[in-house]
Amino acid sequence: MTSKKIDTAEIAARARNIRRLIIEMLAAAGSGHPGGSLSATDLVACLYFGVMRHRPPEPFWEDRDRFILSKGHACPVLYAALAEAGYITHDLLSSLRRFGSPLQGHPDRRKLGLIEASTGSLGIGLSLGIGMALAARLRGSPSRTYVLLGDGECEEGQIWEAAMYAPHLKLGSLCAIVDFNRLQLDATVEEITDLQPLADKWRSFNWHVLEIDGHDYAQILDAFARAEQVTDRPTVIVAATVKGKGVSYMENQLKFHGSVPDKPEDIAKALAELGAGARS
Amino acid sequence: MIRRWKSPLELGMATREAYGRALAELGQENPRIVVLDADLSKSTYTSVFGKKFKDRFFDVGIAEANMCSMAAGLAAGGFIPFASSFASFLLCKGYEQLRICCAYMEFNVNFVGSHGGISLGEDGPSQQSIEDIALACSLPGFTVAVPADEVATAALVRAAAEHYGPVYIRVGRPRTAKIYAPGERFSFGRAKTLSDGSDVTVIANGLMVAVACEAAEIAERRGIDVRVIDCHTAKPLDEATIEIAAAETGAIVVAEEHLSRPGLGSLVAQAVGQRHPVPMEFVGIDDVFAESGTPEEILRAYGLTTEHILGAIDRVLGRKVKGAAAVDR
Repeated sequence: MTSKKIDTAEIAARARNIRRLIIEMLAAAGSGHPGGSLSATDLVACLYFGVMRHRPPEPFWEDRDRFILSKGHACPVLYAALAEAGYITHDLLSSLRRFGSPLQGHPDRRKLGLIEASTGSLGIGLSLGIGMALAARLRGSPSRTYVLLGDGECEEGQIWEAAMYAPHLKLGSLCAIVDFNRLQLDATVEEITDLQPLADKWRSFNWHVLEIDGHDYAQILDAFARAEQVTDRPTVIVAATVKGKGVSYMENQLKFHGSVPDKPEDIAKALAELGAGARS
Repeated sequence: MIRRWKSPLELGMATREAYGRALAELGQENPRIVVLDADLSKSTYTSVFGKKFKDRFFDVGIAEANMCSMAAGLAAGGFIPFASSFASFLLCKGYEQLRICCAYMEFNVNFVGSHGGISLGEDGPSQQSIEDIALACSLPGFTVAVPADEVATAALVRAAAEHYGPVYIRVGRPRTAKIYAPGERFSFGRAKTLSDGSDVTVIANGLMVAVACEAAEIAERRGIDVRVIDCHTAKPLDEATIEIAAAETGAIVVAEEHLSRPGLGSLVAQAVGQRHPVPMEFVGIDDVFAESGTPEEILRAYGLTTEHILGAIDRVLGRKVKGAAAVDR
């Protein structure tokens, strides 16, 4: 997955597989967070299959790009991407949230050593990303660091401490992505703490800011390419997404932030919509 | 009788200054040492390192949470970070970051909290740290140390750099008495027995070690043979040394510049209760915030002087022999 030509058809197929795996593993677990996993799927698929330099047979390759899922509750998307990339087996996914499984309810690097960070307490990932990007710079490594944030997560103060400091360090190798799906646990983000104008907030902190449709592969890949070209300051990609994307009855539904359909027919409907039986 | 200190005790440098100097020395030896501070580098003395190693020093500004998580990210990238602020801000504002990024993620980060305790004086309770040890000890996997003087500080800072795992070290603002001769060796979890008396044990850390030494000499003149232990590491606690002291002296006083509940006093009480129950007394800060004043005024007002240790020795000896008053003197 290093220096190859990006194939959007492959990414689309991977994203479809990831969405299906998310539904399957959450159905097996009986609990978890489908909405934010599905909204972030296209972004994560682009990172793992088109953008990041990483080597699945060599997960601890020192110059690998780092990915931090700061919105840790969306871990099904991370686990599914790791399975698709060949880091873990597909069979393991059905152990999500079970006692003894490396696939904890929120990512835990003590249990799954190949992930970069344990997350689940919101607000922390961007600061960790600064530390990792800085470490790479001090080592003289070309490694880039990607941090996926939730929009609701941006209500945490630590995000803005980090947002203030990363441009000061001129950390061009750091790229934050805001999965702007406009829903959080209690209500819409607009109702809880209206973040708009979100892109302007980052701009005013001297970030290189890009606003895109987070489900459009061409836009996503172009944004990551442009991020890489700006080397004197960090980039944030504010990606407009749809919570529950890909499953008609989950889209934009608050309920599916943190709950899983319990009826087998609902699971079957979701999988059918995601093209079950046609694993690419 | 073991007697590791010279009498009378002579004043050395502040432990925070010893920390800054030790860091600069370590930075010379090890290019993986990186240092972070939150706009207090002149007070914490990390500026000594910062001046020498500009590219490995990050003053993140007044943003402790970001600093603590950034330090963890640097550790993930193979560096050995030391992050500093005032102990109160580091542990209270950074607690979640110490918990998630360092304890839970098992990243190798060292934190040094300066201006610990109430002896920083005039700045008052918002800056005084009376619960940092308890907070740090509550974090799984953390090593927690409170050095008594400059020699102990330099040795424990070096031990932190060599130890893999999160470490918290508390240092103080005022100059502290010299307890140890240069070259004294320290390791985490191995307390120092400073005198081997047999009537009662005083276990102390930080600047209360010097106070305990002075109290021991006065008690000795009154015919009480005091064992003094510098329990510089609160976690892991040297339970073996404490058990022997309980068994051989039959009475224990714990002295610390911190809340005694929960603090070193609570930790020692748990060890004593499990391994060899004996009467105990506690010299520490009661369940209150202190106030502004000179260090001497505050330490006196909040019960952290030689006289307070002597009083605790009397009380614990009174309980050592059931039904008897304090031992005859």
